[in-house]
Amino acid sequence: MKTEGRTLRWAVLALVLVGLVAPIVAGLAQTARAAFGLMPAIGAETLSFAPWRRLAGLPGFASSLLLTLVTGFGATLLALVLAAGAVAALYRAEGRLRGQRALAPLLAVPHAALAIGLAFVIAPSGWLVRGLGPWVTGWDRPPDLALVNDPWGGALILGLLLKEVPFLLLMMASALTQLPVRAELAVGRALGYGRAAVWARVILPQLYPLIRLPVYVVLAFSLSVVDMALILGPSNPPTLAVAVTRWFTAPDTALILPASAAALLQAVLVVVGIALWALAERVVAVLGRHWLRRGGRGRAGRIGLWLAPLTVAVLVLLAMAALLALVLWSLAWRWPYPQMLPDSWSLRVWADADAGWGRALRNSATIGLATTTLSLALAIAWLEAEDRTARSTARAAANTRSKTRSKTGEATRSTAFRTRWASALIWLPLLLPQIGFLYGLNVVFLRLGLSGGLAAVIWAQMLFVFPYVMIALTDPWRALDPRLIRTAAALGAGPTRRLIAVKLPLLARPLLTAAAVGFGVSVAQYLPTLFMGAGRIATLTTEAVTLASGADRRVVGVYAVLQAALPFAAYALALAGPDLHRHLRRRRHPSQPGAAPP
Amino acid sequence: MNLSLSALTALSALAFSFANVASPALADWPATLAAARGQTVYWNAWGGDERTNAFIRWVGQETDRLYGVKVEQVKLTDTAEAVTRVLAEKSAGQDQGGAVDMIWINGPNFLAMKQQGLLYGPFVADLPNAKYLDLGPTAAASVDFTVPVEGYESPWRLAKFVLVHDALRVPAPPGSMQDLALWAAENPGRFTHPAPSNFMGASFLKQALVELTPDPALLQAPANDATFAAATAPLWAWYDALRPNLWRAGETFPENQSVQQQMLNDGVLDIAMSFDPASTAAAIEQGLLPDTARVFVPRVGSIGNISFVAIPYNAANRDGALVVANFLLEPATQAHMQDITVLGSYSVLDPARLGADQAAAFAALPQAPALPGVAELGPVLPEPHASWMTRLTSEWARRYTQ
Repeated sequence: MKTEGRTLRWAVLALVLVGLVAPIVAGLAQTARAAFGLMPAIGAETLSFAPWRRLAGLPGFASSLLLTLVTGFGATLLALVLAAGAVAALYRAEGRLRGQRALAPLLAVPHAALAIGLAFVIAPSGWLVRGLGPWVTGWDRPPDLALVNDPWGGALILGLLLKEVPFLLLMMASALTQLPVRAELAVGRALGYGRAAVWARVILPQLYPLIRLPVYVVLAFSLSVVDMALILGPSNPPTLAVAVTRWFTAPDTALILPASAAALLQAVLVVVGIALWALAERVVAVLGRHWLRRGGRGRAGRIGLWLAPLTVAVLVLLAMAALLALVLWSLAWRWPYPQMLPDSWSLRVWADADAGWGRALRNSATIGLATTTLSLALAIAWLEAEDRTARSTARAAANTRSKTRSKTGEATRSTAFRTRWASALIWLPLLLPQIGFLYGLNVVFLRLGLSGGLAAVIWAQMLFVFPYVMIALTDPWRALDPRLIRTAAALGAGPTRRLIAVKLPLLARPLLTAAAVGFGVSVAQYLPTLFMGAGRIATLTTEAVTLASGADRRVVGVYAVLQAALPFAAYALALAGPDLHRHLRRRRHPSQPGAAPP
Repeated sequence: MNLSLSALTALSALAFSFANVASPALADWPATLAAARGQTVYWNAWGGDERTNAFIRWVGQETDRLYGVKVEQVKLTDTAEAVTRVLAEKSAGQDQGGAVDMIWINGPNFLAMKQQGLLYGPFVADLPNAKYLDLGPTAAASVDFTVPVEGYESPWRLAKFVLVHDALRVPAPPGSMQDLALWAAENPGRFTHPAPSNFMGASFLKQALVELTPDPALLQAPANDATFAAATAPLWAWYDALRPNLWRAGETFPENQSVQQQMLNDGVLDIAMSFDPASTAAAIEQGLLPDTARVFVPRVGSIGNISFVAIPYNAANRDGALVVANFLLEPATQAHMQDITVLGSYSVLDPARLGADQAAAFAALPQAPALPGVAELGPVLPEPHASWMTRLTSEWARRYTQ
């Protein structure tokens, strides 16, 4: 049985290596070759640093780099501070936050849709300025103010915060289940520390290591985002990631070489960025220890307890307004400044499903279902393989642990046998910027005769969907009560039967949630779909971003609404699915004892 | 001189039509039609304009009905994406079965593809409907930004630079680039142009260059360092004066003309621009501009060019693409395209070559108040050689990017 587990483990690892890691490495290698002057198709055949010199000489390169650092680090730092402050104020019990229900939907909305809506809300001709009203401001015309696409990237940072604060908050909420928060709050109170002081001094230092990887993902994403920066960021010069995308698609084909150099630089930037962040963690830890030893009871922190959740509430309201604006635009005919609501309405775009959105919706749904199913299957295989190879070690370890802290024990039990490099495999695609390897990967796929099809898009999207599914599923999988599985084994169920009859049904809700997360990630993918689909695979996201560069907000509204609605529906199904199932079972077997609600 | 030139053109056109009869490919047209049946043509075209997208869908329905050729539009945010894609295929050694069958193209993208040997052709003279085109050596359909087309791309719609204003706010629009700078000084922040990395923004700079340069004839030859410095000096002086009065003091620019049109619609700007004289009337019809929007052209005239379709050398559905390119040149198609309720783009056909029925279809098209007559549009100024545009945009970026 142990050898069988090992075979499964190696099979899964081999699949991940060949299917997910090899393409990234090959793509990076191809990009690196071009970055050092090797691209025979355009007659570049000598190894040199010329592309790098050309890159350094491109107008706006230095400003792009600076802008990228400001927006990337700025958004991450702000998101972390806001989330940490809000989690302290909103924590209720057992990993639940006040208002958590309002946050989850924001995770489902793709970045592009949110950015398009937000741009309308905060633009000089947008809702906020209209809301102030010309009779208050004296602006009978929209003011000439840099509210979106501002040269410092403020609007871009705001847009990133809308997505990243809820992400970090929910990550923190789930990590908090591993900490004895209630007990520590009580002890802290008894020693004369206020709520804010206990959070800052005791809980956050324990919480941070548990959410370190999500923070790195946020940092990597903020440093390399393309779609949101296109819509909200400045254009002259844009952030480095946008500039790279532009250079890759410039009419002057010789620009592909410096573009490749810049793509490689983008990857280096993320790696160095994370290293710097990790260094800063050390510094903060040292300084923090001094601060702790002083033993102050810290009343000042209380401001944070209402300022942070207030800011988060404003962010949530902004996001809601952005979504509402999209819905209204999709139903409007004429909506001139300074009207708060459209002058005239029309269902013209909605009525014309054959014209485009019907097909884009079908493509998005098909690709989403395929990538989610495959990723889920692979994730289950991975986790099951870990269980099978490590059960004996785990049992020994679990026996030595104190029973009172079983939850924490469980978590360490499992991390103990996922090697660091195996974790790195999962996180790799999320930590490397897409632009760094996608163009190269496209060339590799073309050589294999794979580009331009649904299969290539599904494969490329899986690089990003699988990690999120894996992350969403790992903790619930490990939190499964081992006694149930042991009982099943004692009753004579083999490993496969235990998986199908015990583990999977018990994990129905987390499985569905992981599927919804994966589906949402798939729907939101822009660059992989664009590059691997050769533009032929039109999804809601590629269409929405393309149309965002056009004049018709009404059409953009339809695509963005659908783009937001699809993952939304997936989350709703994931939340309602198990209840619905139980409900149906109860109606079919009214006497079944297991059907009683918990 | 003039007489002899037109006689020459007529002669060469005559020679062309004889050549057409003799062309073996034309004799093969039924074979092309047969091979094309059942193919799906992936037409790579900028997708930011919903009217154009709708027209392309209509083209697909018609070619499917008539010839069994389907059309799928691959919507691009920038035409260069298609160039990159074909180039990526070439680097991967995929010389057949390429993903791009047809591209809406002109100017620098055409020059890049032609120079890199990425295009199929020459094919235009072999299309049956080429008989409606003026393909003389100096005709508008034979040169693209002064680069000879040589049959590597087929025309489909006419483009001419126009400015758009809201007549309610700007009753008397400026009639020249000098006047525009004066107007902007009186109305700071109410005018801008798309980023010059975009086609429309570069065209604005070219229009200003053509108006301001001491010797426009210089622009017809490839630029070199000396001619470029001399010819553009007045342009930069003018632009330095204009820039502080642009929207957001000229520090950032709308991405393309569609975004700019939206800004005109929102009232953020009072003057915008377009490369399609009919787009304003069409946008009013679509509810995308106020009823008071109107088109105007600088007194000296404005630069004009033709939009083409080209076929990559490795296109998987070449025969289908030929059928679609030919269908676009059908007089009935061009009349439908010129209809303001459809697309409103001017025809590329030579009116002198149309039969009476075909000409009547154009005469019967509906009119609109924002649709300029041919007289109001003024003379068509020739596009500078493509090297000027490349140099203009990089020099602009060098001067005005922080």
